[in-house]
Amino acid sequence: MKRGGLTREGWIRLAVVVAFVLAFELLCRLGVLPRTVVLPPSEMATSLWHLLETGEFTADIVSTLQDVAIASALSIALGFALGIAIHALPRLRATLEPLLASYYAIPTFMFYPVFIVVFGVSDRAIIAIAVLLSIVAMIASTLTGLDRIPRVLRKTAAIYRMGLARRALLIDLPAAAPHLFTGIKLAFAYAFIGVIASEFILSGQGIGYQIAYAYNNFENRKMYGLMLLVIIVATVANAVLDTIDRRLQSRLRR
Amino acid sequence: MTAASDGAASGVEIAPRDVHAQLRGVTRVFPLASGAGLHALGPIDLDLYHGEFFAVVGPSGCGKSTLLDVLAGLSPPTDGTATFEDKPIDGVPDGVGVVFQEDASFPWLTVRDNVAFGLRRAGVDEAEIKKRVDYAIGFMGLRDFERAYPAQLSGGMRQRVCIARTLVLQPRLILLDEPFGALDQQTRLLMGDELLRLWRETGATVLLITHALDEAAMLSDRVGVMSARPGRFIDIVETHWPRDRDSRIVSDPGFGAVTARLWEKLRVESLKLMGTRP
Ligand SMILES: Nc1ncnc2c1ncn2[C@@H]1O[C@H](COP(=O)(O)OP(=O)(O)OP(=O)(O)O)[C@@H](O)[C@H]1O
Ligand SMILES: [Mg+2]
Repeated sequence: MKRGGLTREGWIRLAVVVAFVLAFELLCRLGVLPRTVVLPPSEMATSLWHLLETGEFTADIVSTLQDVAIASALSIALGFALGIAIHALPRLRATLEPLLASYYAIPTFMFYPVFIVVFGVSDRAIIAIAVLLSIVAMIASTLTGLDRIPRVLRKTAAIYRMGLARRALLIDLPAAAPHLFTGIKLAFAYAFIGVIASEFILSGQGIGYQIAYAYNNFENRKMYGLMLLVIIVATVANAVLDTIDRRLQSRLRR
Repeated sequence: MTAASDGAASGVEIAPRDVHAQLRGVTRVFPLASGAGLHALGPIDLDLYHGEFFAVVGPSGCGKSTLLDVLAGLSPPTDGTATFEDKPIDGVPDGVGVVFQEDASFPWLTVRDNVAFGLRRAGVDEAEIKKRVDYAIGFMGLRDFERAYPAQLSGGMRQRVCIARTLVLQPRLILLDEPFGALDQQTRLLMGDELLRLWRETGATVLLITHALDEAAMLSDRVGVMSARPGRFIDIVETHWPRDRDSRIVSDPGFGAVTARLWEKLRVESLKLMGTRP
């Protein structure tokens, strides 16, 4: 793979995105898509720039990013720990595995009233929902990672007379790293979705809340500016994690 | 079953002090989910003598790797006793090095760090590590790939990394499970020469599992032929080669006789495996 520059596929992907944005812009300008429904991308961008400049939503942005960071960190740490525990207890695992497999078929959000009752309308309720949504991805990835450690590496650890702790640190962890990182990537994505979506329904601040508020008050420019922000943050974060992921996968592939 | 030290099956009389590793009545039965057991190996009696080069050939699935695991202290025999340097094998003994059949290189470390891994674990000082790792990397022809990761290497090169990683620890008993399986015939012969050179220089005892009869015949002092599962030694062939031999031994008139005898025994066992009558 080439370093630095874009690959051929990368250029094609970029071209597709640019063409899409341009077509979108054109349709808006020609009035095919009415302004009352959607703004042209150029105006979304200027609106976002304006919002960032005035600092009107700085507190909301910080609050959202903070919640995402906390929820991701909790999911990753707890999911990893639970994954290890479940892996170590085959009988527990046999009971849990079908539940884990169908977990994402359940719309976790419907439990939001429960969380409001328990935590009140607060960051804690938002974080709880986001964790609930993202932790299972990390648990599943941890299980896969531990399953995929080749038996011969365990034997090799025994040959070097490593104790359990040493083996876990020096063999199991790096051997499982590619899957763990995939889990981290997914956990972050789900946490982001969880936080923004929860803010729509149970919050008085945050990017999600402000999008809903702008929508209710017919403030199209603000709404689309904030939406663009969400898209940019999600895309950039995902691209960075993806690059690391791909490096890990290519190096650690056996 | 108790150790029957006077019941050696190999038939070669040798003073006990010359025995480096010994198996007596060793069997290995794997428990199966159904409750029954899979009898994979034995009973086996084997004396490995100090400094000898012993090859094991046998049909696929006959228990060769299982035998190696027992000698390496990785899995205790179901029955019988195993000793190394007069001590019962209970866990991985000090002084035993293993190269497994599967690729066991660490994909997250460079070739160099892979080779140095065991030395770092043992707390050898850096100057000594550098010296030994340089030597082993040169020895295995990996000099141009020191900084590469295993994913960038061919299967045969990865296996060489594993061999180098084992050799740097200077084991007194080296167990090799089809280490040249991923190599082409020419490289295989040349690697065999290197292995012989190493064996002579270090005085280590070598047990080599292989499926290539010519390789077994060319490298070894003795070749043990195993039966189909459950694997037992049905013949132990002595080659009587000089210690300073190399791959040119294949043109020795005696070489054909050795491989012919190995094949004669092995053919019957391999046919059994394929469900055909000999
Ligand atoms: N951990 C295990 N659990 C159950 N059965 C096993 C286990 N390891 C090996 N066996 C069985 O024991 C038998 C011998 O296996 P082993 O790996 O020792 O054969 P081998 O002679 O090394 O074969 P090959 O030449 O193909 O490497 C096989 O039938 C195998 O299925
Ligand atoms: Mg094997």
